[in-house]
Amino acid sequence: MKHSLIRTEQDEVIRLENVSVLYCVPHERINTFKEYAIRWIQGKIKNQTFWALKDINLAINKGEVFGLIGQNGAGKSTLLKLIARVLRPTKGRVWVKGYVAPLLELGAGFHPELTGRENVFLNGAMLGFSRQEMEDKFNQIVDFAELWDFIDSPLRTYSSGMWARLGFAVATDVNPTILIIDEILSVGDEAFQRKSLSRIQSFRKNGSTILLVSHNMDTIKSMCQRAAWLNHGRIEAIGEATEVIRAYRQNQSE
Amino acid sequence: MKSLKFDVPVYDSTQRGQPALFELREVLKYRDLIAQLVRRDVLTRYKRSVLGIAWTLLNPLGMMVVLTIAFSQIFRISDVYSYSAYVLSGILAWNLFSQSTTAAMVNLVWGGGLLNRIYIPRSSFAIAAVGTGLVNTTLALIPLILVMLVTKVPIRVTLLFIPVCAILLAFFSLGVGLLISTMSVYYPDVAEMYQIILNAWLYLTPIIYPVDILPEAYRYWITNLNPMFHMVRLFRIPIYYGRLPFWNELWPALIISICTLFIGWYIFSNKSDEFAYRI
Repeated sequence: MKHSLIRTEQDEVIRLENVSVLYCVPHERINTFKEYAIRWIQGKIKNQTFWALKDINLAINKGEVFGLIGQNGAGKSTLLKLIARVLRPTKGRVWVKGYVAPLLELGAGFHPELTGRENVFLNGAMLGFSRQEMEDKFNQIVDFAELWDFIDSPLRTYSSGMWARLGFAVATDVNPTILIIDEILSVGDEAFQRKSLSRIQSFRKNGSTILLVSHNMDTIKSMCQRAAWLNHGRIEAIGEATEVIRAYRQNQSE
Repeated sequence: MKSLKFDVPVYDSTQRGQPALFELREVLKYRDLIAQLVRRDVLTRYKRSVLGIAWTLLNPLGMMVVLTIAFSQIFRISDVYSYSAYVLSGILAWNLFSQSTTAAMVNLVWGGGLLNRIYIPRSSFAIAAVGTGLVNTTLALIPLILVMLVTKVPIRVTLLFIPVCAILLAFFSLGVGLLISTMSVYYPDVAEMYQIILNAWLYLTPIIYPVDILPEAYRYWITNLNPMFHMVRLFRIPIYYGRLPFWNELWPALIISICTLFIGWYIFSNKSDEFAYRI
């Protein structure tokens, strides 16, 4: 890719230009084919379109911890998906420089019948690592997750906390340039939460850029310098985290 | 400094070039993932059953026994023994096709939640499904050879030609798998419809019956216009007839499989960006 042709600020790592995402959703959720067939015959399948994101312009610099706030359905997760390459925008341009570690849902690709060891390799491959790279990282991952006693048991025997610990350990066992965190700091017990937080802090020290989505304003306030408030797919406010939170809270209490 | 710049991956949603080539590059980059997915599918399929992976061998064997008993009478085949090998070699090819195309579609539609969470090349699931099919076919060669030994069908060196047949059939299956995956994302009903089509297709292809029981008037059309006829024949020749295929038996299969793969790949990769919006 000829990225040298693209003019950007030296230390910009994420840039969204006039980005819009148009979703097309059925009116009601249809779960079975039978239901679908009946409705299809009745001519009752209508699609509704709505803009999940509309004209978003955003630039995030290297080393920033950037917060995203807003109500459920405001478009926060959609925005993260754009940056994680999962979604391509309907309009506009998404530009991301660097290795993105998506902590969208920990252990999303795990298979319950496979052992912890097998899942580490599978999940690593999903994150784009080769088998060799995973072999080099394996010990470190299990050390961090503290799961040596269970690593050869199938994952269905794990508790949800252990599941999340393994997911976190795999996803963060590389120094990512961009770390995407979507409400995941509530996993595991308190000791593991502290450990995860300190790992995230160390990424920050090493110059990683962090995108944080949280409904906990204290977390945003304590970790982020800048934040954006998304409302119905538009950026309502962007700037210093404390200012944005104040505006958001004022709006919420009205 | 310069080398460092090349190490940093840059993603630009507006710059991608030709989707089909882009997808191919991505798949090569993620080849370890595809190997892992095949491994997962093979290992987990029968993981909780007592006999485990042995079912991969027992499945076609069971089907063969049922068909041999049921149909050797109906089709008035004098030599019941060789019918077993005839039917099993056909089932082998058919299973590779039907299982991997169905799995390609099901993996994408039901396993698609993953595509909404992390980026992986969208065709990984379909390729892994065909890879799993190839592994299962290889394993199923063991009961096939056993049956041939028992029924005294001569085992010849031409068995070594099977990998070529398997790869051509895998290409064809991948092409069909990608096409129906794309369709089923837009029209979920395709998944159900495909099962009916598969059923009809199985009976329209000379797999459980010999070609010459087809009525003379339709035989030419049922065989030559049916891609699976060419594929199954190509599979059966080195196993059952114990010879290498003639050129006029090879080229239809070759052209069909490569064209289908090309068309399937092209359409799938051009449509795959919309999948995350719909799954």
